[in-house]
Amino acid sequence: MTAVLEISGLRKTYRGRKGVRKALDGFDMVVEAGQVHGFLGPNGSGKTTTLRTLLGLIKPNDGRMAILGRPVPRHLPQVARQVGAIVESPQFFGNFSAETTLSLLADAGGVNKLRVPAVLELVGLRDRSKERVKTYSLGMKQRLAVASALLKEPKLLILDEPANGLDPGGIREMRTLMRDLSESGMTVLLSSHILGEIQLICDSVTIISAGRRVAAGSVSDVLASHTSSSVRVRLEPGVDLNGAADLLRAAGAAITVEKDHFTVGNAGNPAQITKLLAERQIYVSELTPIAADLEDVFLQLTGTAPVDGANRQVDQVAASQGGWGQ
Amino acid sequence: MSLFRAETRRLSKRRFTKFFVLLALLVLGLVAGGTAYTHERTTDSTRAAAEAEADQEYQEQLRYADQAKQECQKDPSSFGGNCEGLVPPTRDQISSDQFLTPQFDFRADFPVMLTVWAALLALVAFVIGASFVGAEWNSGGMMNLLLWRPQRLRVLSTKLSALLTWLTGLSVLTGAAWTGLFWLIATLRGTTARMTPGAWQSLGLNGLRGLGLVLVAGAIGFGVASIGRHTAAALGAAIGVIVVFQFGLAIVLSLARVKFYELYLLPAWIGAWMNKSYEIIDYSAPCDYSAVNGCEAPTYTVTWQMAGVLFAAVSIIIVGASMWTIRSRDIT
Ligand SMILES: Nc1ncnc2c1ncn2[C@@H]1O[C@H](COP(=O)(O)OP(=O)(O)O)[C@@H](O)[C@H]1O
Ligand SMILES: [Mg+2]
Repeated sequence: MTAVLEISGLRKTYRGRKGVRKALDGFDMVVEAGQVHGFLGPNGSGKTTTLRTLLGLIKPNDGRMAILGRPVPRHLPQVARQVGAIVESPQFFGNFSAETTLSLLADAGGVNKLRVPAVLELVGLRDRSKERVKTYSLGMKQRLAVASALLKEPKLLILDEPANGLDPGGIREMRTLMRDLSESGMTVLLSSHILGEIQLICDSVTIISAGRRVAAGSVSDVLASHTSSSVRVRLEPGVDLNGAADLLRAAGAAITVEKDHFTVGNAGNPAQITKLLAERQIYVSELTPIAADLEDVFLQLTGTAPVDGANRQVDQVAASQGGWGQ
Repeated sequence: MSLFRAETRRLSKRRFTKFFVLLALLVLGLVAGGTAYTHERTTDSTRAAAEAEADQEYQEQLRYADQAKQECQKDPSSFGGNCEGLVPPTRDQISSDQFLTPQFDFRADFPVMLTVWAALLALVAFVIGASFVGAEWNSGGMMNLLLWRPQRLRVLSTKLSALLTWLTGLSVLTGAAWTGLFWLIATLRGTTARMTPGAWQSLGLNGLRGLGLVLVAGAIGFGVASIGRHTAAALGAAIGVIVVFQFGLAIVLSLARVKFYELYLLPAWIGAWMNKSYEIIDYSAPCDYSAVNGCEAPTYTVTWQMAGVLFAAVSIIIVGASMWTIRSRDIT
C-alpha cells in the first residue's frame, strides 16, 4: 500500500499576546491509500492545526509533509485539485444559496458545474439548495461543507469533525457515505473526538495528544496493544481470594476484588501474575484480558480520563501511567 | 481565467453590490432630475418675460426711493441727516438676467456634473471594494477559496482585478448614461452650443480621470479591508481618516497657521485631479508684495499630475501591503 498522506516532525507554535503555545510538537502521521483513517484527539490537541498546516492555511515551524507523494506546501497548487477538505466548523458566505456557493467554487476550481446538483443530492440538500446558507441549521451547513469537499471528486477527502451538529440520522448517513466513498477508492481522513464513530467506520487511526502522536495503526492493533493492561483473574475454588490479592498488591498491582474474582488494572505483563501466585502454590484457573473499547484506549493514551473530585482543564494531561510488571 | 470569472460573478451576485449600485443610480437620478427642474431654456419669450419682470422691479424700486425721500424730508435724523444720499436706482442696475431661470449650458456646466458622478461612484467603489473582500474574510469564504486555489497572491490579485474590471464596466456604463442624460437636459432646458471637438476631448479626459478616481477608491477600500480582514476595517479607516484628517487636522493646522494647510486635506487633491488644478490661497500668511498687484496672499497650485502621483502612490502602498500580509499570515 502507498501512503496518500505523510507527515513527520510537524511543529507549530502560535505566538499570541499571552506568550507562545506549542500546538504541534513533532507530530507524525501516515495515511494509506483507500482507507478510512480516524484522527483522534481531545479538544485542543492539535487536530485542526495539523489539517490547516497540511492544507497550506498556516505555516509550520518545522516538519515535512507530503500529499499523494508530493511535498507540500511546495506542490500544494498541483495536488489541491485532488484534495477535498473541510476544516473546523463550516463557513460560508451567508447570503448566497447552497447552489450559488457550490457553483462559484466549481467555477473557481475549474470543476464541471454538473457536479453541483449531484453532490447536493448526495448530502441530502437537494430540496433546500436554493435557500440562503444563513438560514441553514448547523447540520445543514455541515452537509454543505461535505458537499463542497466532494465537488472536485477528490482522491483524498479530509473532514474535520464532520459529525458536528449532525442528528443521529445524519451521522449514520455520513457513515454510509464515507464507506461508499472509500469503497469507490477514495481515501478519507476523518478527525473526530467521537470514538464510537471512528471505531465503527475507520480502518486505521492516529491518536494525537498535546501535539504528539501517541498511537497509530489499524483499529484492532491499537485496541490489542492497549487492552492487555487490564485482566480478570479467577482462582481455583476455595483458595483465599483476598490473600492472593494482597500478595499481588504488595508487588505493586492495582487490584479490584470482586465476589468470585479480582481484576488487575495495570497488568502490563500478565505472566507476572501467574508467576507470583505460582510461587506460593496458588494456581490461576482463568486469566482473561478485559476487552477495552477505543474510548478506554483514548482516555488512557491521552491522559484525559476524568479524575474523581477534579475538573480537568483542556490542556491538562495526566502523566500516562506505565504498565506494572513490564 | 475560471477564477476571474467566478470572482466577477460573485461580485455581481452580491446583494450589497446591487444595493449600493442602486443607491448610486438613485442619487444620480435625483441630481439629474433636480438640475432639469431648476433650469430652463432661454427663448425670446422667456427673455421678454424676464425683461418685463425687471421693468416692474425697477418701477417698484423707484417708488420705494420716492417714499424714502418723502419720509427723509419729514424727519432727516432717522436717515442720517442727509437726504441727498438717497439716489433712486438706474434701469441698468437691474439686469433681466436675475429674473431669468438659468439654462443648462452643457459646455460650462457639465464638467461639474462629471465631478459629482466621479465622487459618488468613487464612494460606492470604496464601499463595494471593501465589502467584496471584507465579507469573504469575515465569513470564512476566503479560507474556503484558498482550499480550492492554494495560491494566495494569485487569488487576491484575481479578486482585485475582477473588482477593477467590474468597476470600469460600471463607470463606463453610468458615465455614458450620465453624459447622455445631461446632453438631453441641455437640449431640452439649455444649450449644447460651443461643443467643439476640443471641448469634447477635454470632457473625455475629465471622464477618464473620473474613472481613475473610482478605481483608486475601489483598490484602496479593497486593500484596507483585506489587511483588516473585515469590511468594517475599511469603513472604520475611512471614517477615521475623514474625522481625523478632514476635520481635526483642518482645525489644528489652521489654528497653528501651517502654511497651505489645505494641502493636507483630501478635497484639494480630488479637486486638482478632476479640474486639472486647484489653487490654495493662504490668507493667514504674510502677503507677497509686488509693484504691479500690490499685496497678494501667497498661493500654491496643486496640479492634476501631483494629485495623480499621490493617488497612485497611496493605492500602490495599500494594495502592496495587503498582498504582503496575505502572503505570510496564518489563516485561522
Ligand atoms: N489561531 C490560534 N492562535 C493561538 N492558539 C491557537 C490558535 N489556533 C489554535 N490554537 C491552540 O492550538 C492548540 C490546538 O488547537 P486545535 O488544533 O484547534 O485543536 P483541536 O482541533 O484538536 O481541538 C490549542 O491549544 C489551541 O488553543
Ligand atoms: Mg478542531
